[in-house]
Amino acid sequence: MNGFVALARAQWKGFWRDKQNWFWLMAFPLMFLVLFGFLFRDAGVSKSTLTEIGSVAVIDQLPAEARSQFDNLFEVTKTTDPAKALEEVRKGDVDAAVEQRGNEVILHYSQADQVKAATVRGTLGAFVDGANVAASGKPPAFTLNATAVEDESLKPIQFIAPGLLGWAVAMGAVFNAAMPFVNWRTNKLLRRIRLAPVRTEALVASRLLVSIAVAFVQMGVFLAVGVGLFDLRLTGSWWMAVPLLLCATLAFMAIGLIAGAISKTAEAASGIANVIIMPMAFLSGSFIPLDQAPGWLQTVSKFLPLGQLNQGLLDTMVRGDGPGAALVPMAALLGFALVFGLIAARVFRWED
Amino acid sequence: MTNVIETRGLVKRYGDLTAVDHVDITVPQGTFFGLLGPNGAGKTTTLEMIEGIREPDEGEARIFGEPVWPRNRALLPRIGVQLQASAFFERLTVDEQLRCFAELYGMPRSRIDTMIELVGLQEKRKVRTEDLSGGQKQRLSIACSLINDPEIVFLDEPTAALDPQARRNLWDVLRAINAEGRTVVLTTHYMDEAEILCDQIAIIDHGTILTTDTPRNLITGLGAAYRILLSEGAVAEADARQLPGVESTTIDNGTLALTTHDPSPVLTALAERDALQGLQVTSATLEDVFLTLTGREYRA
Repeated sequence: MNGFVALARAQWKGFWRDKQNWFWLMAFPLMFLVLFGFLFRDAGVSKSTLTEIGSVAVIDQLPAEARSQFDNLFEVTKTTDPAKALEEVRKGDVDAAVEQRGNEVILHYSQADQVKAATVRGTLGAFVDGANVAASGKPPAFTLNATAVEDESLKPIQFIAPGLLGWAVAMGAVFNAAMPFVNWRTNKLLRRIRLAPVRTEALVASRLLVSIAVAFVQMGVFLAVGVGLFDLRLTGSWWMAVPLLLCATLAFMAIGLIAGAISKTAEAASGIANVIIMPMAFLSGSFIPLDQAPGWLQTVSKFLPLGQLNQGLLDTMVRGDGPGAALVPMAALLGFALVFGLIAARVFRWED
Repeated sequence: MTNVIETRGLVKRYGDLTAVDHVDITVPQGTFFGLLGPNGAGKTTTLEMIEGIREPDEGEARIFGEPVWPRNRALLPRIGVQLQASAFFERLTVDEQLRCFAELYGMPRSRIDTMIELVGLQEKRKVRTEDLSGGQKQRLSIACSLINDPEIVFLDEPTAALDPQARRNLWDVLRAINAEGRTVVLTTHYMDEAEILCDQIAIIDHGTILTTDTPRNLITGLGAAYRILLSEGAVAEADARQLPGVESTTIDNGTLALTTHDPSPVLTALAERDALQGLQVTSATLEDVFLTLTGREYRA
């Protein structure tokens, strides 16, 4: 027990005194969070640009409530020069131009961007229909009430933060296991520890304790920045992230131990760790939300430890699922930990 | 005197190379024991098998009568092993390194102060090991190997790469350790170091122990001639050749050298001629013993 505490304390101090750890395991993932946070902040409300040629009564005479809805969807500029307006549409500077001759509303659009064109046509058409219904003086026969299935607060940051946290923790645990053991074999510290009456279990457990503590610090920082800066909203059972990260640290530390055991130098270990972590982060939806990814990718991610971790974090932290949603990912992560742990125990070397 | 270390027929092979070939060593308690040999002679491998960190292919090493392999945790608190001077935790201070090792052995805090004082690192307690000089790191690594108050201390080339001041400083530390009654086992290829420090020396080459004895016996056993050096003109060379016991004379760079196996009558005769001014007598050193036994050809 003495040995365990002594080893954990020594490693904990050494870890935080290394500026590299601060950068790669804290600042670097946070940079991504900040970057994506700003990048996707307005992703949901992309307005169409529309040029009004002359006066367009259908738009100008909208009742106040409809007008504010309209302004949410269109950014309107007025002009009296039809030729210039059409030229701008042709060049793609504005999405469409609109004019009204009597009761005829004419929309000019470019076929170069058909998606935009269809959006503008459909939206403007809806307003014209609305104006027709209003002009008839009868109440509308049918009304459409569209609502999103997600909570209204589900902004992009909600999807980004859990994925990036999963990536940061995975990276921390892998490097935290791989690097020290390679360095300690090289500088003979491992031999020195082995010459002291310490159990091997105490050494591994002390490293594990440090890794888990680092993961929780990462989680704290991520949540603080997410909630504080980007309006991240956590749902009911977000605290299930704690046992999830615990299981994940076990699995990724085992992977790191294997990487450390098969590498002769710190450079090689760092290379192997990167080769494992970076593709897995992409395939597991740490950088791109998997909901929009092809089906095969969603299947692949289920077989990756980071995919399982991200899934569990997303479900409990932002999707509002109950604590039970974390159980399957946790079981999967423990399974990975067991398999990789057994391999790590086989390939572990005290000496070069 | 009881033997604290005993090896019987230690063998270690690396592929076709037999690095250690049936080595038998016995070290009595309290001895300062030196293991000498050229690079690649098998010193380090032998030492590692005795320390229990390398498995012998054949034979056995025992410390205090107990086998050292496989890892014998009961034995570990009784031995101290100094490793190369980089075997420290990253980014910890001198104090913190010693504290960690002290706790690994369940030693009290006061032991840290004792160690710091022994190796003279009082000024450096709060300094991280990365910022220590080579000599200071070496001394810290010795402090780490002594932290558990061991009965046997193993040192593998402890003064390699140290400047002359640091080497002498370290010798004092090592003598003090031995004077406290601890058995010290040292490998080195500095002959002066072995000659000054060791009570017992084993010379090893090609994995075999060539000889074991005290430094004095090894040197006299060589039967090498003494050289008496005088400045040229103190006596005429022709006279010198006639002195009792002188075997040959040479003049080189203004120095007259007389060779003899029996220096006493030669020195008496020189004293009668009042020719002792600036006289120097050199005898064989451990280095001569070493070179005679292991050969002079250069090995990369």
